[in-house]
Amino acid sequence: MCDSCGCVLTSEPVSIDGHHGAAPGQRELSILHGILADNNHAAQHNREHFNLHNVLAINLMSAPGSGKTALLEATIDAFAGQYNITVVVGDLATENDANRLRRHGVQAVQINTGNTCHLDAAVVHHALHDIALEPIDILFIENVGNLVCPAAYDLGQHFNVVLLSVVEGDDKPAKYPVMFRSADLVLLTKSDLLPHLPGFDPSAAEENVRRLANAAPTVLLSVVTGEGMTHWCAQLTTWLAARGKKGTP
Amino acid sequence: MHELSVCQALIEQLITIVAENQARSVHHIKVCNGPLSGVDSHFLKQAFTVARLGTVAEHAELSIDREPIQVRCSVCGQEGGATANSLVCPHCGDWRTEVLSGDALLLVSVELS
Ligand SMILES: Nc1nc2c(ncn2[C@@H]2O[C@H](COP(=O)(O)OP(=O)(O)O)[C@@H](O)[C@H]2O)c(=O)[nH]1
Ligand SMILES: [Mg+2]
Ligand SMILES: [Zn+2]
Ligand SMILES: [Zn+2]
Repeated sequence: MCDSCGCVLTSEPVSIDGHHGAAPGQRELSILHGILADNNHAAQHNREHFNLHNVLAINLMSAPGSGKTALLEATIDAFAGQYNITVVVGDLATENDANRLRRHGVQAVQINTGNTCHLDAAVVHHALHDIALEPIDILFIENVGNLVCPAAYDLGQHFNVVLLSVVEGDDKPAKYPVMFRSADLVLLTKSDLLPHLPGFDPSAAEENVRRLANAAPTVLLSVVTGEGMTHWCAQLTTWLAARGKKGTP
Repeated sequence: MHELSVCQALIEQLITIVAENQARSVHHIKVCNGPLSGVDSHFLKQAFTVARLGTVAEHAELSIDREPIQVRCSVCGQEGGATANSLVCPHCGDWRTEVLSGDALLLVSVELS
């Protein structure tokens, strides 16, 4: 198959203990190949596209309704005229999110996934064909709202940002460990609602992320009060600066 | 549920392996899955019964080995077992650990004819 992912493909018959031996005419082959290796190759290919054009690519993931599109709307407004932002947005059926984002003056490509509950590297690659990457500073990929499936698929992003709205409860990192383990940054969204949710403890949410051996900062954020927006924008600016991008003042 | 997509990727690999080895079909498949792979073994088995229909793996049996989670502590340097939602060091309790195993999703072996 390939050398790059360490996959081994041998046509030498091997016997593996604990399983009934191969009958005459049958051969048992040792493979040891990642089942999602094809996706990982495609993701690496996307990443090369992003790097070639010096685009910062961010995969936004959360449960449905945690505020991904609202965060993007606020981010676009905060960075207006400073950075070129483009969004690829996945949704099962509608074009609603792309339309919302276009009203803020950015290019937004909608991917309708039909029955598929996650984006994969190939559908993102396909969407990239509709986009000129050269002028873009930040490409946001708004994943399908789902805390399970998107976690298994690398898209070629540089960073994963996972949103956990305070209405969902501070134990979600423990319930969806694969997703929260993958986060480079966790945004505790809708923080304006905290006064109504005495059961949500931001430090417990942070503790649950740490238990996943993840050092990702957990930041309270609200697009209603603007709490956390400075921190979020500063994080983006830091990631952009690491790619040599200063923005238009 | 993305286990059907995962099965489709698995079937693609089986088709390639069968072609490369000039075999006719697949009898048995062994997969290794860790709790941190993001793929559920129970749903994977269920999805496979659908995904295999009409393919070279139509009559294949799928067995899934569970890869246990092992971590190495960056503070005390020791290794040990952990669970998916608590990857802390089993010796000193610190959270700064490195996952050594438990996130694999591998096609381990196939039996062809
Ligand atoms: N109170 C409050 N509501 C929010 C906030 N962010 C998003 N929402 C609301 O939550 C709902 C879902 O937001 P949306 O951005 O569509 O979530 P998505 O599915 O993750 O893209 C909408 O009704 C938003 O207005 C916030 O910071 N505070
Ligand atoms: Mg949305
Ligand atoms: Zn490979
Ligand atoms: Zn330790």
